[in-house]
Parts: sequence; C-alpha cells; structure tokens
Amino acid sequence: MELLVASAIGVMTAAGIYLVLRLRTFPVIIGISLLTYAVNVFLFAAGRLTTDAPAVLRDGVETYADPLPQALVLTAIVISFGMTAVVVIIALGSWLSCDDDLIDTPRSESDPEVADVVPRGGVSR
Amino acid sequence: MSLFLIVALPFLGALLPGLMNQAGRQTCFMATFTVTLLAALGVATHIPAILSGDVVTARLDWLPSLGMNVNLFLDPLGLLFVGLILGIGLLIIAYARLYLSRDDNMGEFFSYLLLFQGAMVGIVLSDNILMMLVFWELTSLSSFLLIGFWKHLPEGRQGARMALTVTGMGGLALIGGMLILGNIVGSYDLTVILENRDVIQQSPLYVPALLLILLGCFTKSAQFPFHFWLPHAMAAPTPVSAYLHSATMVKAGLFLMARLWPVLSGSEWWFWLVAGAGLVTMVLGAIIALFKDDLKALLAFSTVSHLGLITFLLGTGSGFAAMAAVFHIINHACFKAALFMTAGIVDHEAHTRDMTRLGGLRRLMPVTFAIGTLAALAMAGIPLFNGFVSKEMMLEEAAHTVIFELPWLVPAIATLGALFSAAYSFRFIVHTFLGPVRDDYPAKPHDPPAGMWLPPALLIVPVMALGVAPFLAEPFVKTVTGAVLRGTAEVPDYHLAVWHGVTPALMMSVVAVLGGALLLALFPPLARGWNAAPRPEAKSIFDGVIGGAVSLARTITGGLHDGSFTRYAAIMIVTVVAAGAHAWFSGAIGLPTRAMMPMNINAVLSWGLLIVATATLVVVHRNRLITLILMGIVGVVVSLGFNHFSAPDLALTQISVEVVTIILLLLALNFLPNRTPKESSSGRKIRDAAIAVAGGIGSGALIYAMLMRDFVAPSISDYHLENSYKGGGGDNVVNVILVDFRGFDTFGEIIVLGIAALVIYALTETLLSGPVRARLLKRGYEERRAGDAHPLMMVVLTRVMLPVVLMVGVYIFLRGHNEPGGGFIAGLVVAIGVVMQYMASGFAWADARQRYPYHAIIGAGVLVAGVTGIGAWFFGHPFLTSSFGYFRIPPMEEFELATAMGFDLGVFLAVVGAVMLSLESFSRLSRRQGDRPSEHPMDIDPSRENSEEDA
Repeated sequence: MELLVASAIGVMTAAGIYLVLRLRTFPVIIGISLLTYAVNVFLFAAGRLTTDAPAVLRDGVETYADPLPQALVLTAIVISFGMTAVVVIIALGSWLSCDDDLIDTPRSESDPEVADVVPRGGVSR
Repeated sequence: MSLFLIVALPFLGALLPGLMNQAGRQTCFMATFTVTLLAALGVATHIPAILSGDVVTARLDWLPSLGMNVNLFLDPLGLLFVGLILGIGLLIIAYARLYLSRDDNMGEFFSYLLLFQGAMVGIVLSDNILMMLVFWELTSLSSFLLIGFWKHLPEGRQGARMALTVTGMGGLALIGGMLILGNIVGSYDLTVILENRDVIQQSPLYVPALLLILLGCFTKSAQFPFHFWLPHAMAAPTPVSAYLHSATMVKAGLFLMARLWPVLSGSEWWFWLVAGAGLVTMVLGAIIALFKDDLKALLAFSTVSHLGLITFLLGTGSGFAAMAAVFHIINHACFKAALFMTAGIVDHEAHTRDMTRLGGLRRLMPVTFAIGTLAALAMAGIPLFNGFVSKEMMLEEAAHTVIFELPWLVPAIATLGALFSAAYSFRFIVHTFLGPVRDDYPAKPHDPPAGMWLPPALLIVPVMALGVAPFLAEPFVKTVTGAVLRGTAEVPDYHLAVWHGVTPALMMSVVAVLGGALLLALFPPLARGWNAAPRPEAKSIFDGVIGGAVSLARTITGGLHDGSFTRYAAIMIVTVVAAGAHAWFSGAIGLPTRAMMPMNINAVLSWGLLIVATATLVVVHRNRLITLILMGIVGVVVSLGFNHFSAPDLALTQISVEVVTIILLLLALNFLPNRTPKESSSGRKIRDAAIAVAGGIGSGALIYAMLMRDFVAPSISDYHLENSYKGGGGDNVVNVILVDFRGFDTFGEIIVLGIAALVIYALTETLLSGPVRARLLKRGYEERRAGDAHPLMMVVLTRVMLPVVLMVGVYIFLRGHNEPGGGFIAGLVVAIGVVMQYMASGFAWADARQRYPYHAIIGAGVLVAGVTGIGAWFFGHPFLTSSFGYFRIPPMEEFELATAMGFDLGVFLAVVGAVMLSLESFSRLSRRQGDRPSEHPMDIDPSRENSEEDA
C-alpha cells in the first residue's frame, strides 16, 4: 500500500512540475494545483498510513491515526483554494487587459541583449 | 538617574526638534540643548559612585532565550566616553545654533544629531553585545543622515554613501566577530566576556573573531586601508565634522578596541594588526594632511593620523601604552573639536576654507586666531599644551617597541609621524592667520558673535590646563586605564608631568618640532613635488569597486531574474531536487522498520485511476476542458485516499474544496481560450520532462523511505491525543487541534483566506473600472447558447436542496467537535449550496436576493473568532484558551457547550464569506451588455402566462 501512495505522489509531482514549466497561465495553474495535491498527500503521509483508526476518541480504542498532519493539511487544502483563486484572477486580469496569457515577461525589443525567444501571441516554435 | 533613561533621553528627545520646527530655531535649539543637558546631569549623578570604584548597572531581561537583554553598565571607561559625547555635544549644539543658516532645516538637523547622540551613548553603555551592535549600526545610519544633511550638494550625498558603505560593511563584519566571541564564551554579556581572556585566546575561533572585530573597528575609526571615507565625509556641515569626526563616532572603534582590550590584546595577531595599522595610519595621515589646502581636509587627515596614533598605543599591549591612549583620547577630543569649530568659523566668515586663498586673518579675526593657534599648538605637541604630554608618552612607548629586531625602526616612524604632525599644525596657523592681510577674500572676515566662538574657547580651557598641569587629570586617567586593563596588566606607576628629564622621547619631540618648522619653510617646493607625483585616488578606486560590484550584481540578477517565470520555476525545482539528492546520497538511512500494508483491489483500482488520469492530463493538457474533468477525477481519488487512510475530515474537506475549485476554474475558462497553443520545442519538452521526472522520483522515493520507517524522534501527536478530551473537551482530535491546540494558527489562516478573497474582489473591481469593462460588455457569444439558460429542472432541484444542504452544513458544524466535521467543512458545504442557486437561476437573480455582503461575512467571521479568543482574557487565561461544560435543558439530553464552538463559528463564517466572495467576483465579470436581471428564477415556467416572452 505504501508503494501505491508513494508512486501516486511521485506521478502527481512529476505531472505538476511538467505543467508548471509550460508557457501559458492555464496549464501552470493546473500544474500548481497538481503540486498542491502531491504536497498535501505528502504531508499527510508523513504521519504514516493507518486504516480504520480515525483520530476520533472512542472508549477502549488505543490506536489512532496521527491527527497532527491531518489538521495541518486540512487548513492547507482550504488555503490552497484561496491561493488558486488569487492566481486565477491574476491570470484572468492579464488575459482580459493585455490579450496575453503568456507566463513569461516578453523582452523589450529595445534591449536586444536580453531578448528571449518567446514571441507575443504564441507562435509555434 | 537610571541608565535606561540616560540612553533613552536622546532618542525621545530626537522627536522634539523635528516636531518643534515650526516653533522657531531658538525653540529647536533649546529643546535639543535641554535634552542633552538632562542626560549629562543624569550621568553626573553617577560620577561619585564610579570614581569610588563602583560600576553602575541597569538590567532588564528582554529575550533571555536569545541572550538578548537590555543590560547597561557604566564604568570609568564608559564614563569617559559618555562625558565626551554629551559634553562636547553640548558645545556643538550651541555652536550649530549660530552656524546653520536660515536655509537649513534646524529641526531636522538637531533630530539627526540627537539620534546619533543616543546611538553613541548606547554603544558605550551597553553591557550586552547584541544591543551594542544595534547601537553601532544606528550610529552608521544616523551619521549617514548627518553627513548628507546638505542634500543639494553632490559631494555631501557621495560622502554620506561612501561613509555608510564602508562603516556599514565593517558593521556587518563586527556582527560576525561579536557573535563568534559570544559563542566562544557562551554569553552575550560584555562583563562576562571580559572575564574569559584565557578561553577566548585559546579558542581556534580567536583569530577569525579578532579579524572581524578589527574590521569593524578599523572601518569605524578610519584606519588604513579604510581611512579614505573620513575626508570625504567632510562635506558635512562643520558641527557634524567636529562632533562625529573628531570626538565621537570615529572614536567608537577605539572605544571597542579599548573595551575588548583585556580579552583580545596581547597576542601576536593583535600586535601586528593593531599596532601595524595604527603606525601606518599615523604616518600616512600626517603626510597627506600637510598637503591638503582645504582646512577641513587637513583636519580630517590629521584626525586619521591621530586615530592611528591611539590605535598604535592600544596595539602595543602594555599598560603604559593603554594609559597614554586614554589620555590622548581626552586631549585629542578637546583640541580637535576646537580646531574643527575654528575651521567652521573661518569658512563661515571668509566664505572659503582654502588656505591658498586665506592668510592674514590674525588682524581681522583676533579671537578666532587665538583659539585656533592654541588648539593647533596642542596638536603639534608643543610643551605646556595637553597634546605634548600624551604625544611624549606615545614616543616613549615607541622607543620601547621593537619590530623586525630593529630597535630604531618604530621610534623613527613615530618621529616621522610627529614631525609631519607638527608641520601641518604650523601650516594651519601660518597659512590661515599669519602673513599679510589680503584684499581678495570672498567675504569680509570678522570675528563671529560670542555664541559661536565660546564653544571652542571653552575647549581651550582643558587644552591649556592639562598642558600646564597634567597631574590634574592623573587620577581620572588612571581610573579609566584600570577599567581598560581590568586586571590583565598593572596600571603603570607613571606620573603625568611636563618634564621628565632629558629622555629619548624628549629628543624625538625636539626633532619633530624643529623638523616640522623646517618642513613648513620648504613647503612651496614640496607641495609642487607632491602635486606632480602620481598617487592613488581613493575615491576613484572606491567608485571602481562599487561599479564592479554593481555590474556583477546586474549580471547575476539579469541571468537569473530575466522576467521568465518558467526559468525561475525550473531553477527552483532543479535546486530543490539537487539539494535533496545531495542529502540523500551523503546521508545515512537505516533499514526499513515498518512492514508494508497489504494492498486491496479497491486501492489498486483507485491508484490506477489516478495514474491514468494524471498521465492523460499531461498528454491532453492543451484541451483545457478535458483537463478540468481529469483534475476532478484526481481530486476525488485523493479524497477517497484520505478516507481510506483514516482521515474523514480531510476527505470531506478535499471533496468540497474540489467542487468549488472546479467551479472556479470553469468560470475562468469562460474567458480564457479553450485550448493551449503548441509552442514548446521538443527539446524543451524533453528538458522539462527530465526535470519533472527527477522531481517526481525524488518526492516519491523520499516519502516511500519515510513511510517504511518509524519516526526518528518521538512525535508530539500523542500529547494531542491524550489531552484532546481533557483539555479541549472534544473527541475529534483533528478539530480540537484546529480550534484549540493550534487555534492561533487557524485564526491566522482564516484571516489569510479572507485577505485572498478581498484581493480577488479588489482585482475584479479594478478590471471592471478600466477599459476591460467595455470589452467584456460588448463581447459576443463564441459558442451557440443553450436555449434555456436557467432550466426548470435544475432550478427546482437546487431550491429543494438548499434547505437540505444548509441542514447538513449545520449538522456537520455542530458535530465537528466530537465527530468528523467542523467549521471549515461546514463552511464549504454551505457555500456549495449557495453557489448552486447562482448556477441554476443566474447571477443577477441570486445576487438580488443576497442580503448580506460577503465582505461583511468574512469580517464577522474573523471578529467572532477573535472575540472568542479575547474572551479567555476575562478569565485570566491566554488568548484563545477554550473552556467547556456539560448542560442539560429538559427535555433534551445532556449536551456539551464549548467556547471552541464560537471560534469554529468564526471559521465557518470566514470560509463561507471567502469562498462566496471569490466566486461572486468571478461571476461579475461575465455580465454582458443587454443582460438584465430576471425577475424569475427560471426562464421557462409553465405556471406563468407569458413565460415565453421572458426568455
């Protein structure tokens, strides 16, 4: 079971990183969300895995899941919603006001020394 | 007066002149003078105790865990310096009153001056080295303000920057050195450090600490090779030069060397570095000073030279030299401050301080001439002036110092320094005051009003008194020397006197004075030679170094920080992975200690679903709608996983957040393009994939290694499990942690969430008030529209469900303390219920029926949580301490009430408000021109007569 969780975290991390390295806002946001899943599950799993032992006290029960990572991850999940929403509105603002959803700052043409290869408008390259 | 008050007075007083600026110059001056006088009187009350051998202390624990305490102490060495700072401060303040012109902002000037004064007093009274470092930095900052006081002069600004750069750099080094020193001893208390000479000198860290501390002292006291900033700081108004650059700030480095003398001195390193730098600085400063035409530049280099002299004395490491250093500190402060003020008067009255344009002022400014001449003769080391006595002592010490096994070398160098010192002192007198009266002065020179010449004249009193009768100062000098030595060496049995018989020092003095006079006689050809000779210009070297540093920083910043987010992300990920790999391969990890849990078919199937969904997501990520659906699948599997691994609270939270997140992204996709264009080259894709795979393997391997092993240290979770019921009154430990154990964290988190929602609202408002608004309103429909935007089935269903959802929310909220649930989840559930109304019946219809603004709900939530927390204060408990009790109201069963529930209510409200405000803001963007709020929840309603027309 541990192998499944670990591999799932690895796959979500890899997919998240790959999407974060894309050039448009939307895939980057999706990538960040995937990374959020991975990180949350990672933190949660740091309390080690337990089945059928939720941290709700019962008479006569001695074994409980580790409650601390759960509490930390719970708030992390809610905060990550707030963070995603802020990033999305920033991306939306940039698209609506500049017609541009590129993630990188386009280089100014007057400064050829630092000119990058990212053209405006997203021509294939 | 308490030492706390003495240190605090100048800082508090610094507010007065700034505030009283409107009240006039005299008021500003009186406020500043009174504050300084009060502090000086406060010090004076301690003088009898200190002279009788006591040490006055004031202690206050501030951050004992960091070793940072407000400990002050006043011993004879501190008394000497605080006396100089406040005593000369009073004279300078009186002098500055008349020196500053009507154009200068006097309130600002005196505020800075008091700030500086407070910082200096803080340095010399601190018993805690961390405190001392803070004050040390404050002197650098306040002197920056003072040097650059004439903001309109480029020299002033450049000089201030240079001084700040050099002394600030030294300050950083000093912090390092002092922290090392504190770590060696195990205490940051100066008095403790000073008693651990052996521990410090035998420590392997002694040399690094010494180097760093000396770097701090040398930069502050303008010792070679850091002497160059002091002359450039002369662009400051003359009162500043007289105060900072003769009597106080530049002596801070000397003070620290004297203070740490008992523990640092006596080693080879100390001798070579301190005595060597001092000797070089003394001679170099003296030579350059002779050839400066500007009166203040001459005095600046002469100060450099005299500071070198004192440094040399501190460096040789004998008790006699320390005594000479103490005496020369007093003497130099007196005559140099007087000389600076004289130079200021000349500048003020003749409108130039260039000696090539001066001369003959003896007849025009007789009072100034008398003061300047007496002070300059003291500087030259002429008998019956105070400078003579301490210079004799220096020469005496030099005569007994041998380096390179050449007994004549140090005496010769010292004599050379003294010779040039005499020469420039004579030049100061001759080229300014003597000679014929000229008729081409820029202004008509005359003696200033008494208020301006009295301060320097008062300084001439000790100059003459200690010159004629040095034994007057002997008891005090010996007490201070005792405080410097602190028992590590005997206070020498030496009597301060003018005549010690024909000693080698006297011979050297005679040579120096006669040689100085001869040098002045030969001055014109010498100056021509000096000006023709090439020599390194400190400012251009400094500018070059700064320019190099700036372009290096630009190159690095430009390379790393070029506006490409993708590059930052890649750099960060690669760095994290590399650091993790380094730790993994260089560290040791034990064998697995936990057995693997058995898999079951459901788990494998869910895992397969997640892997397939994630992989598909990456492949088809250009189709944004499908991406969202796949994201939903991933989120659901993650929720199932939480549920499977005994985290029902997390599962509930994850699934409800998933819903609102997907709704949010769908709303966003309403505006963004539906597809991502192809633009990455295949090389780039391979590179990114490599980084991604490395990161994935790293995180997967790390968590797998963790999962197969037990905790390396005992976990604190057991504490929470044990005390959840006893202390928090709840069975659901996760909820009790959120609302009780770590309630303060949660409080912060709901505030962050609220702020995030407000940011979204504000950004939406900004977008809607700009040109985007018109574009949004005029936007056409890209896709074919549904015939029925608000279908009857959906409206009816969501309306029926709303009370059910609300009921579920309340239920989850109420049971949260003892069963899975709580404010976070309840808030999300209720928000989903309300969002459904928006989706079904349209934004305008739902919005018109929304009675409370969501900002207010967020605010109410934070307020409720905060008030609940504050409630604990009234029962004498810390913030957010919860209490609970069990009640019975017939006919109900016994139930529990906990204050934590009030806090959870705050969480609930904040979450509802934040989620709704975010989603509402997004929806507001989607309004188009021609949209009008419908009166009805659904477009087609068979029960309405003319429902078709409404559609």
